Amino acid sequence: MNFLQIANSTATDLARIPELVFDDFAAELTAAIAAGARLSALFGTPRSAGGAELYAVLAAEAESALFLGRTTVGASYPALTPACPQAHLFERDLAESCGLTPVGHPWCKPLRFLDAARRDPTPGTPPCGVMDFFQIAGDAIHEVAVGPVHAGIIEPGHFRFQCHGETVYHLEISLGYQHRGMERALRGGPTPRSIHYAETLAGDTTIGHTSAYCTICETLSRQRVPARAQALRGIAQELERLANHIGDLGALAGDVGFLPTQAYCGRIRGDALNMTALLCGNRFGRGLLRPGGCTADLSAADVAELARRLTQLRRDCTSAIELLFHSPSVLSRFEETGTLSRETCETIGLVGPAARACGVARDVRHDFPYGIFRFAQLPVCTWESGDVFARAYVRWLEIQKSLAFVAEQLPALPGGATASATAAAPLAANQLAIALVEGWRGEICHAALTDADGRFACYKIYDPSFHNWFGLACALRNQEISDFPLCNKSFNLSYCGHDL
Amino acid sequence: MLSILLARFQQKYRTMAWPAGPAPALPARLAGRPRLDRTACQQCGTCAAACPVGAITCQEGLTLDTGRCLFCRACERACSRQAIQFTQEYRLGAAAREALLVRDAAAAYPPALVEKARAYFGRSLKLRQVSAGGCNACEADTNVLSTVAWDLGRFGIQFVASPRHADGLFITGPVSANMRLALEKTYAAVPDPKIVIACGACAIAGGPYAGHPEVHDGASAVVPVDLFIPGCPPHPLTILDALLRFVGQVPEE
Ligand code: SF4
Ligand code: SF4
Repeated sequence: MNFLQIANSTATDLARIPELVFDDFAAELTAAIAAGARLSALFGTPRSAGGAELYAVLAAEAESALFLGRTTVGASYPALTPACPQAHLFERDLAESCGLTPVGHPWCKPLRFLDAARRDPTPGTPPCGVMDFFQIAGDAIHEVAVGPVHAGIIEPGHFRFQCHGETVYHLEISLGYQHRGMERALRGGPTPRSIHYAETLAGDTTIGHTSAYCTICETLSRQRVPARAQALRGIAQELERLANHIGDLGALAGDVGFLPTQAYCGRIRGDALNMTALLCGNRFGRGLLRPGGCTADLSAADVAELARRLTQLRRDCTSAIELLFHSPSVLSRFEETGTLSRETCETIGLVGPAARACGVARDVRHDFPYGIFRFAQLPVCTWESGDVFARAYVRWLEIQKSLAFVAEQLPALPGGATASATAAAPLAANQLAIALVEGWRGEICHAALTDADGRFACYKIYDPSFHNWFGLACALRNQEISDFPLCNKSFNLSYCGHDL
Repeated sequence: MLSILLARFQQKYRTMAWPAGPAPALPARLAGRPRLDRTACQQCGTCAAACPVGAITCQEGLTLDTGRCLFCRACERACSRQAIQFTQEYRLGAAAREALLVRDAAAAYPPALVEKARAYFGRSLKLRQVSAGGCNACEADTNVLSTVAWDLGRFGIQFVASPRHADGLFITGPVSANMRLALEKTYAAVPDPKIVIACGACAIAGGPYAGHPEVHDGASAVVPVDLFIPGCPPHPLTILDALLRFVGQVPEE
């Protein structure tokens, strides 16, 4: 392997990243992925001479190792996707954001409709969502188009189903409606707004994305985060996971018409959000994390109050969720619905609970530990069946682990400050910093390149949804179209985290 | 069946008493409506420089625009003379955009009542929510209102699936260019008379994305707005209070 091995949450001098000729880069990448590694990031920076410099980050979970590689390509280059399906969306992004043509890409359509995403687009630019959808021909085939505006209080996206009767042969998902220029706006930073971009990449994952952003800044300015702040970040992250997992189980119950758990979990989720608000005043954790540490601290009384609420939370959610998994009518709807095989999961590179529900033990907290998780290990929860049941049950297992983690951390909080005492140094120049975090949906990856002045020359963001939307499309194959809401909820992916 | 009844018993009755009874407890560290002290302000500009979104001006007298504000408290920390302090006041919603500007320490919260809304929708208000480019936290805390704890339905207010069934739109997000067309079509599909509510800093003035060429800096750029609900995101109580005062179900003081 000619890629450079690095650790999570580190910055690497650009000069140290091996530059491979494209054929070697492609061969090594494909071979590593065939051997079980996963593509965590693949992005480019346009070159003034045309073409682009490409960077890849490979995650080899089995060895707990990350690998960096780079190469240079011209305006068009042989696509990686045919040999390596995981590259599919990454190459669509390269085509759209760097103007490259991956020759031989089977599905090179707009990813976020960047050309349309301007207040004043060039006249004649097709609007977001207008593209060449995959179609199945045949008399008995019909097409169902849904979105961008859906029936509930949810984000916009377009879904195109190719159906034969009730059966879905294929689902194509077209997003980009939530695009608000995050990666472009982060370039040239950090500015006072940058942290707010991190906090709002995906509102329900404020702590996850802001942790990744802070880590990037901290590694680039060699700032140490006090132990107490690390512990608070860990607690905030697990509270975020608890709130979302509990909310998801409630919503899944609602989708199969099991109202008790829906009603209870909807409320209990709020109790978890209010615990985050006890930390910092905001239910989503806005304002809590800043490079160098945390803005808030917990008094002894706060710790006692949190512990009390945690006990109540455990009691309430255990009764609400056990009810769900003990109901035969619920189980018969969850089991064998939206099944993904382990093989599909590995081929397309799913992350988070969706991957763990296919039996793949993949969890950044375990594989590439960061912050508090270097000292406090959380067991990885998996289930084998790959269906809606598995995705629900893995959440329940994780809820129990997160409850135990927070209960363990609260009385053992390290003393000392919650923020680094020294002011942050400027960011180091000519570096590539990588931060991986296990958000509640799965792996969050931020990658930042700095220029000669220590500014972000490129800031890439991969929400877990980026990897997992295609998993939802695959899970729908041969399902009844009426099961779409249930399957969709079992993934519960982010539109804004994908669209950026 | 028995276990369901047992769980029902354990989970108790949880719908809050507010507005008839006390409001639910707010987090002690909540950033609500700010209070400004113009006599303490020396017009040094430190707070304005600290604000990520240009919500503060201090040259012609200290003014904070709660419509732009992300409630991040950077200004409060930056000011050495405590001229800006965030209070627990959750009543932030207002019918007029100018009413979102805070200039002094006055205790009054801005009025949200709209006569048209009270007359037509005072006892039944059906809303179609449209997300247009935000971060989905405003949506999350709007969804909360439909849970048992808040029980929005008891006020005759409901989020409905079709714009054809709605009395108005409830917009979140700055209106991304990519959602503009869908928002216009949804607005056109709501029968007259109709109202529009902009929820969150994004929908009021672009929020963290104000000025991005990819967004429109708020719903007002595309449709006329009748009610503004500040926050990033607003606390559910802020949203509910604004809705109820808007249609006259809770009197203005
Ligand atoms: S709290 Fe509001 S006004 Fe103050 S700095 Fe933050 S965004 Fe600006
Ligand atoms: S106002 Fe704030 S919370 Fe609401 S959508 Fe915008 S960024 Fe998210």
